[in-house]
Amino acid sequence: MKQKLVVIGAGMASGRALEHLLENAPDAYDITLFGAEPRGNYNRIMLSPVLSGEKTYEEIVTHDTAWYAANGITCRFGEKVQRIDRAAKVIVTPKGQTPYDKLIIATGSDPFIIPVPGHDLPGVLAYRDLDDTNAMIEASAKPGAKAVVIGGGLLGLEAAAGLALRGMEVSVVHLMGHLMERQLDEAAGYLLRKELVGRGIKIHCSANTRQVVGDGKVEGLELEDGTILPADIVVMAVGIRPSVALAKEAGLEIGRGLKVNDQLVTSDPDILALGECVEHDGMVYGLVAPLYDMAKVLAKTLAGEHDAYRGSQISTKLKVTGVDLFSAGDFADGADREEIVFRDPARGVYKRLVLQNDRIIGAVMYGDTADGSWFFGLIKDEEDISEMRDTLIFGPAFAGGTPMDPMAAVAALPDDAEICGCNGVSKGTIIAAINGGATTLDAVKAKTKASTSCGTCAGLTEQVVALTLGDDFVLPAAAGMCKCTDHSHDDVRRLIRAKELKSIPAIQQELQWKSSGGCHSCRPALNYYLVCEWPGEYVDHAQSRFINERVHANIQKDGTYSVVPRMWGGITTPNELRAIADVADKFAIPTVKVTGGQRIDLLGVKKEDLPAVWSDLNDAGMVSGHAYAKGLRTVKTCVGTDWCRFGTQDSTGLGVKIERLMWGSWTPHKVKMAVSGCPRNCAEATCKDVGIVCVDSGYEIGVGGAAGMDVREVQPLAKVGTEEEVLEYISAFVQLYRENAQYLHRPYKWIAKVGLDWVKSRVVEDAESRKALAERFEHSQTFYRKDPWAERVAGAEAHEFNPLADLTQVAAE
Amino acid sequence: MSDFIDIGALEDIRPQSARLVRTAMGCIAVFRTADDEVFALDDRCPHKGGPLSNGIQHGRSITCPLHNWVISLSTGMAEGADEGSVRTYPVQVSDGRILMDARALAESMAAE
Repeated sequence: MKQKLVVIGAGMASGRALEHLLENAPDAYDITLFGAEPRGNYNRIMLSPVLSGEKTYEEIVTHDTAWYAANGITCRFGEKVQRIDRAAKVIVTPKGQTPYDKLIIATGSDPFIIPVPGHDLPGVLAYRDLDDTNAMIEASAKPGAKAVVIGGGLLGLEAAAGLALRGMEVSVVHLMGHLMERQLDEAAGYLLRKELVGRGIKIHCSANTRQVVGDGKVEGLELEDGTILPADIVVMAVGIRPSVALAKEAGLEIGRGLKVNDQLVTSDPDILALGECVEHDGMVYGLVAPLYDMAKVLAKTLAGEHDAYRGSQISTKLKVTGVDLFSAGDFADGADREEIVFRDPARGVYKRLVLQNDRIIGAVMYGDTADGSWFFGLIKDEEDISEMRDTLIFGPAFAGGTPMDPMAAVAALPDDAEICGCNGVSKGTIIAAINGGATTLDAVKAKTKASTSCGTCAGLTEQVVALTLGDDFVLPAAAGMCKCTDHSHDDVRRLIRAKELKSIPAIQQELQWKSSGGCHSCRPALNYYLVCEWPGEYVDHAQSRFINERVHANIQKDGTYSVVPRMWGGITTPNELRAIADVADKFAIPTVKVTGGQRIDLLGVKKEDLPAVWSDLNDAGMVSGHAYAKGLRTVKTCVGTDWCRFGTQDSTGLGVKIERLMWGSWTPHKVKMAVSGCPRNCAEATCKDVGIVCVDSGYEIGVGGAAGMDVREVQPLAKVGTEEEVLEYISAFVQLYRENAQYLHRPYKWIAKVGLDWVKSRVVEDAESRKALAERFEHSQTFYRKDPWAERVAGAEAHEFNPLADLTQVAAE
Repeated sequence: MSDFIDIGALEDIRPQSARLVRTAMGCIAVFRTADDEVFALDDRCPHKGGPLSNGIQHGRSITCPLHNWVISLSTGMAEGADEGSVRTYPVQVSDGRILMDARALAESMAAE
């Protein structure tokens, strides 16, 4: 028979605990839930946005009646529990007795109301639940309404900011010398005060309340110095007290709160408790993170499993829109404590770290809290920071060149932090996959899909895996190309040269590939390396190319293709435009679009129509734009001296020359170029792989720009005086890139790896090397500077486009 | 009883490549592996309908060109963590000719 579980308190603590319990032991208990509020569970920490009008109550509900019903929980909301009878193991309500085998007390806390005269007048409110919040919202509806908030702590300031946003005239009365004194030091408190005053909130610090004044309802607040602050409502937000009356009466052991052990069990083995009502190891918590930690352990205990709660480190953020404030840990003064402080008053930024024994024990940030979670991670992990102390205050972004642990930032990420944006994989999902048995990086990637799309999160994913697996996981020093080999891309290229390997099977044989035929990631790379290394000699392996390069068109999401004819330097003619228009009509091509590289894209072409489309375009003198290729795409231009009143050189003409030189070349990744006629840069040459900006005295060549998943500005390579030099320099640069970069690395990635200085030493400083590179490029181009469309129109690779058999008639039978 | 139709020569498909067979119910992709094994599958990835015949073939698997799902040629099942499958058709090679079981084809049509 199921045991009876009775829960007193339908707040965030019991909500989370029940969730865990239903996961761990779904059938162990018949659950009855009593809640004082006449509603289900909502996210109490989000009341401030409700007050300020940024969220509605519906948006902060976490467990509604339907959730409880769906999980078979009997709800008795609004029914007050009067007594716990431990001897009879029942709880008593006005409606009678309810027996329990196990009881959870999650009664939370009560707001503290200062017992000054007038504290019981209508209009004196706490800030604790939805009813309080609604009362405040109602009060704010009156034109010109005034509010006084007592308490300049987290809750009081959130209330004040919310009421101010609702249009009330708000004063804050705070007993201490500066705001949020438990979290902030004086300096940060000052910045916060300045910000709030700027929002029209009056702040009275070191102010003691004498009484609430009013006749039948609140009319104002009188301070010890006799000042009277007129008010329609007085909100008391001066602290909370664990709500332990029931527990105390039942004879349970009470300290500052209801005492629990590491398993969240009270002095009665059948009664457990969690949340703000409990005291654990001398600590009473008023924030949400500890409560969630407790909920996990409590659910385990009830499920008969062992777990232990060891206390929580807590951090705070002020939920006032536009105020960035983060605080964590302990910052009381002490002889053995040191501080690192950063101030930038002009920007309103203040950061302070409290150190003890080379560990951070407290952190306050105001104005710039981006590194908050990182610092919090260091506090939680009690990380030794002596090695990075010099730059510590600047956060993890300043790790460049310092011996700082790159894992720390990842360690500090919360579980719901997104690691892989493409596939929506969070840190928690990865950890869950590992806990579920995925013990290698590949297994994690296969299971979660993390870093399997664009791959920019590969490093992050590895770090999460490394962190979670700990000593069991060793990051591969130089990762192999893929699962088929332990050799890195660089090693494979070196060995292709050294051993004169001239085919994919030869590479796989000689370098002991672990798979029989490679895979979809290593084969295209190997094919490229061979194309580059043995031009004119290596026979391209079509089946190791991605479909786009195999059929010289871009596959689209519906399996159709798009076709982009080349327009040299972006120049076209009425005849070409007519031909394009005719092709679009003839083949019912649904979309004709201008690309980012100044070319015309015909989208939605059926695969079997491709050769005929190309044939018509060829007839009009147009060739493949290689818009699908890991190769030269476009050379974008402006009109330069031809037409522009600012143009300093013939940028269009130079663009055409470059494109005629470079077209058809295969490269590790796509390559985009541009030539701008003057520094106004209308061709956007400074975010291209190779960009040329014409100036009066010649040509500035920049390399390594990009405007894709990363946006990069080019780095200056050289400044030269003539077009001939431009062509030689960029040929040499492209060849160096072709010969050295890892497949699928754009030039900026490759430059970051080898260093711009090294590139310059080969392309700029050493004329002999430059010439040799340019010659090798030209040699390769003698084989590849040709139109792949024409070859296919002439019948090459026809099998790609024609069916093997047509059984459409067979079907009729 | 079986009813095999000759759909072409093994030599008509390059190793590690695929060709299409048109049917009234859509295209079937016929794959030839590097080891001259032949498999036939519907030419639609179970993920987003990508044309599998256009993928890169490796071993007895095909990687869909749209989103890199890997499908087993022998079972039609998605490999790795992906879930889904694509219909397979019995084919055999005899004297250099590829034969497809027309009955399976007819059954699949009846099932639609």
